[in-house]
This record gives sequence, C-alpha cells and structure tokens, in this order.
Amino acid sequence: MFPKGTKRKFSDSGDEPAAGGEDVNQPSSVAVRMLSSYSLQRQSLLDMSLIKLQLCHMLVEPNLCRSVLIANTVRQIQEEMTQDGTWQIMTQALSAANAAAQCSADRLVATEVLCRQTEATQGEQVLKPFPAVGSEGCPAEEEVVVEGEGGVTMSTVSPQAPTSYLPGTFGMDPCWEEENGEDEEEDEDSEECGSGSEEGDSDRLVEDSRTAEQVFGTFEIKNPAPSPDPALEELFSDVDASYYDLDTVLTGMQSAPKMGPYDLLESLSSHGPSPLSSSTSCRSDLNELDHIMEIIVGS
Amino acid sequence: MGEDTESSKGNHSFLRDYVTEADVISTVEFNHTGDLLATGDKGGRVVVFQRETVVGHKPKGELDQVGETGESGEYNVYSTFQSHEPDFDYLKSLEIEEKINKIRWLPQQNAAHFLLSTNDKTIKLWKVSERDKQPEGYNLKDEEGRVKDISTVTSLQVPVLRPTDLMVEVRPRRVFSNGHTYHVNSISVNSDGETYLSADDLRINMWHLGITDRSFNIVDIKPANMEELTEVITAAEFHPHHCHLFVYSSSKGSLRLCDMRASALCDRHTKLFEEPEDPGSRSFFSEIVSSVSDVKFSHNGRYLLTRDYLTAKVWDLHMEKGPVETYQVHDYLRTKLCSLYENDCIFDKFECVWNSSDSVIMTGAYNSFFRMFDRETGRGVTLEAWRETSKPRAVLRTRRIYTGGKRRRGDVGVDSLDFTKKILHMAWHPEENIIAIASTNNLYIFQDRVSPDTQGPDLGSDTI
Repeated sequence: MFPKGTKRKFSDSGDEPAAGGEDVNQPSSVAVRMLSSYSLQRQSLLDMSLIKLQLCHMLVEPNLCRSVLIANTVRQIQEEMTQDGTWQIMTQALSAANAAAQCSADRLVATEVLCRQTEATQGEQVLKPFPAVGSEGCPAEEEVVVEGEGGVTMSTVSPQAPTSYLPGTFGMDPCWEEENGEDEEEDEDSEECGSGSEEGDSDRLVEDSRTAEQVFGTFEIKNPAPSPDPALEELFSDVDASYYDLDTVLTGMQSAPKMGPYDLLESLSSHGPSPLSSSTSCRSDLNELDHIMEIIVGS
Repeated sequence: MGEDTESSKGNHSFLRDYVTEADVISTVEFNHTGDLLATGDKGGRVVVFQRETVVGHKPKGELDQVGETGESGEYNVYSTFQSHEPDFDYLKSLEIEEKINKIRWLPQQNAAHFLLSTNDKTIKLWKVSERDKQPEGYNLKDEEGRVKDISTVTSLQVPVLRPTDLMVEVRPRRVFSNGHTYHVNSISVNSDGETYLSADDLRINMWHLGITDRSFNIVDIKPANMEELTEVITAAEFHPHHCHLFVYSSSKGSLRLCDMRASALCDRHTKLFEEPEDPGSRSFFSEIVSSVSDVKFSHNGRYLLTRDYLTAKVWDLHMEKGPVETYQVHDYLRTKLCSLYENDCIFDKFECVWNSSDSVIMTGAYNSFFRMFDRETGRGVTLEAWRETSKPRAVLRTRRIYTGGKRRRGDVGVDSLDFTKKILHMAWHPEENIIAIASTNNLYIFQDRVSPDTQGPDLGSDTI
C-alpha cells in the first residue's frame, strides 16, 4: 500500500520548485536540504497518521477523540502539502505505484476481506451503495467495515485530489445513508430528547468512530500504549529514527527519542499471534496469557 | 487493588511488574465528606474504601510521629462489587468495555450512600448501605430460613431485631441505558440533587436520578455530515452551586459555559473560553496538545481548572479571553511530541484536581510522577507514587527532572522516563489534605501530617 521509497523521491523532487532557482548556490542548497528534510518529516508524519487511522480495533470501537485528532493532523498536513504543490505529485505517484503494489499488500497486516475491499474500491469515485447484509459473504464484523466509507475525515480532500490514488485509505467515497432505520439506542428517547434519531445513525456510527477509512485488521491489543507492530517496524525500518523528530528539526534542537520499557504483557502479546490471524484471537491469547501467568505466579 | 504491601523481593521482578489488565484503576473519587473513597477499574469493579473513625483525639496541628498507627484514620476496604459487565453491541458487532470511566457520589441524604458509575454506554446508580441488625425469631421459618414443620410450633413469638456483624450491601437502584451512542467520558451530579449530566464525544444528556427511560439532550455537536467532524467533547461538569450552569471542554482546547435557562438545547454557549494560539509555536501537534483532557470547577465556583497535554490552566469564569494562570506540567516533553505521537502517549488523558481551599492544584504525569502547584506562589513540586521508593508512612520526597544546568543526585533524565507508568486518575479529599493517586493497579493515599487542614500543604522549595 505504501511502497517504500517511491513517495519520498517524488516529494523530494516536488520540493525543487519551492526552493526556487537562485543563482547563489550555497544558501539555496542549504535551503533546499532543509526544505526537503522538512518535507520528509512531514511525509513520515503523514504516513504515521494514516497508519494510525487505519489500525483499527476490531473488537472495540476506537477512541473517537483520538481518531478526530489524527484526522485533523492529516488534514493539516494535506493542506500544507497542497499549498506546496507536493500533494498532486504524491497522488500521481501513488496511483502509479498502487497497481504494482497490490501484491505487496500482505507486507502490511491485512485481513483477507480487506484485500478484497481494496480491489473493490479502487478507482471508485462516487456513491456506491453496498448492500446492508455485506458483500460477498463477509463475516459480520467486516460487514460493517465494508459499509463504512467516508466517515470521519476529509471531505476537504476529495475535491482537491483524485479519488483513485489512495483507494480506501482516505475514505474517498462519500457517505451514504444506510436506510434500515434500526435505532434501538434512540428508542428510549422521548420527544423531549432533542438528539436526532436519524436512521442509519447507528450504522454510520461504527464507521464514523472507526475512522471510516480502509481498515487494516491487526491484532492490536486494547492497550493504552501499543507496542510496535512488526509490520510497522518493517515499514519504517529503512527510515532513520531522526526523521521522527519533526519538531526538533523545525525548532533546530536535537534530541533522541527514547521511550521507557514496555510492560511485559504488551511485549509478549504483540509478538504472539501471527499477523494474518483474525484479531479475535488476540483476546483469547490475552486470556491464555493471563492463565499462564496465573500458573507461573501461583496466585 | 488497594494499598499494596511489599511483595517478596528476589529475581521475580518481571513477575511483579505483571499487571492484570482488569485491575488497572480507571477512576478515583472521594464522597462529599471524604469518609468514603471509591475506585473503579478496567474490569468493571468498584472498590469502596472507608476511613477509620479516629479513636482518641489529638489536638490539631500537632505533628504526628511517623510510625504510629491509626491516628488520622486510614482507609480500609469497605465494599467491593461488580458494577459493569462486558457487553456486546450486536448491531455493530462491537464489544462494550466494562471499564468504569467515572464514579460520582451523590450528596448523602440518609444513612445510605449513593454513587453513580459509568462505563462507555451505561450509567448505574448504586446504593451502598449498612446492615447491622437482623430480625430473628420468625414463627414459620427457622434461623436458616427453612420452613418449619408446623407441628413443632407450639407458641407464638414476636420477631426481634438483634445486632449482627456489620454487613455492607450494595444494590443497583437505577440503570440509565441507551442514552449514548458514543463513549461516555464524564458524569456530573447537579447541585439540585435531582439531576445529573452525562457526556459522550458528541452529546451531553441530562437525566433525572429517578427516571431511567428518558433523558434530555442538552448539547449536540454532531455535524450533519460526519465527514465534517473536527471537534469532540472531552469533559463536562455542572457548576457546584448554580444548577443551571455547566461547562464542557473540547478537543480543540476550548471551554464552553452553558446556561440551561437560555434554551433547551445548549448548542450555543453562554461563554466561550479560548486561549488564542501563539503563531510562533505552531506545529503539527499544536491542536493535539491543546485538547483538554479534564475540566473541574473550583470549590468556590469562580474558577475552572483544565488540563491539556503539557499544561494545567486556571480560568476565571469572568474572563473568557484566556487563562489567568498556566502551569507547565512537563514542558520537557515539548521536543518529544513526535515520538509521543508515535506511541500514542500524546493522547493520554490526565485528570486534574483542586484542593479543598482552591489554593493548590494537582495533576499527574509520567514515570509515576504527579505535580502539585501552589497557586499563591506559583511554585510546583514533583512527587512520586511508586512503591519501590515509598514505604507506608514514609515522607514523600520531591523529585526533579533533569533538564539542564547543575544535575543533582536523584534527578531523573528525560530519556529515562517510563511512559507506561502514567498517573492519570486522582482525587483530593474535600476538606483535608488527603490525596488518592491511582497508578496502574495501585492506589496510593497520601496524607499531609504537618498541615492536615484546609490550608495548602507545605510544598517546600523544590521547583521544576
């Protein structure tokens, strides 16, 4: 989905015009280097944010506040990149790379169904009504995901960028209303309750609060501090750690990011199940882990 | 849970660090007298602690010796009950966590105690009552409750109440369900004693304590098109004295004071508290770190205390254009925001509390540190809630983060901070200088022995 290296080359070259064509070599090359470093940082931040939005808790609704904040960050980056003119270049690069990268989608953690969804949504522009019962025999949990597109983010993105380039990652497909009108939650409200009971609310909710973009199923544990996913590590393995210090570069300060040790439980759990296993197994693995620890501790 | 005793030392340190997820404390709250302390955890349990009644009085102000027992009343487990169970939303095929997000006590009206506890979706009202008498001497049933053989009953007796061992009974009295589509983050009992509000990410509802099948929606910020959603509600609270006023905070760092007399739906605020952004310090993380994680009215009702990722701010209700005081909680993290964004720590929601006289504010940080700020002097201290370094009844010593300059012994470097040990939840006794700090699965209760009363605790001269 995100072929390593390709984007960065393009965004680098996309920065050239921004640097301008001064005659004096020395200051302009420094400026260019600073700018491309900044854009690299910005790009990696964008990648990080997109992955965060896509890593979805399959079991529990993800935190809406967190999703909104990440989405706003992405929007902010995108606006800035649009002003720079790098956005168009990146989208073109991605659309070209996507066809080739389809087979390497399994490098990132993805469930079988989501790969299917990728193909289905690639290149789509406008409203495509998905059947309420789910498409092509998706299991129940995925069904809601499949339905959910264009929830939380980015109506601002669509007019500016062609929808084909980031299939499903940005929720390009505008929202559609699920008309089955099952509103059990709203039933309890009487006419005094001002909150709307628009139908489809509850259905939309899932994809709303699940960030609505294309969901990559992972075994992410519901833990406050998710430890590095092996697939993610692979993705960022060739990126220098200093790239993540966006703020330090911008402020001209140097510091090495270093986090404290993670809990044993988290590190054990993260390397437990295999990437392609359904995330429901993570819960049973946790229970298993609890059980094993109980035996060891003897409590 | 509860105050942990020293566990056995040895090579099992990694086992000691193992924490059952369900035991992680997710909320702490004193009741209105401070005699009861309730904690909720991720497993949906509520543990209520009760303060020992003081036997034998000592004149106030006298320094208590370290090591003597029970003078000021310790907190012991009073009752434990399962408040919420894991649930499943069949419509969305999603689990509903049983984690207790908030507990709020009702003001006491009779011998029983009432508290509200909530998870993501459902709020419950619990009645905690004591029973120390039991009727005995029934005619038709024997002591175990079995029906007596009629032929053995020869005379009539009047059942009498006899004292028995103290029993604490907890019963659910109300269940307020189906009021929220999104995750409930706050509940707040109104000063009228009859209503309370519950806030989720996009809506705030007002309930009557006696009515469970309907609620008033008083704030709704859900956009018609969810794609346009850019702001969510992060916390809400009723004014301590004015039953028509409440405040709610947003993920964009703004506070809105709403007056329910103005209209039924308070989407339009009465006052908007917002600090203009400093254009010079703008970064991609500016908005995230400005998101308010907690908001609390002062006891006197004149100020608001808010906590965002890096600071704690005090606002005057009469001044909307900015806070009157800003306290840097851990400014050394400002250069680490990208890493903290990567590992999601930047989304941690820290709580903040006032002391009883509104002269001191307190909030949590990482590495089991928490901070107290004296509003009069503006000075802050860093304290640590970590059992390795504090034995029961030992005096807390202040800590320092090394950020440059002369390094003192005991200073902690920024890079060696443990970001998995976060102090998110805390409470301050309503009248005395007693604080309850939740650190993962441990509860720490600290008492100020030097100045136990309402004046601010002696913070000393260490500053960060």
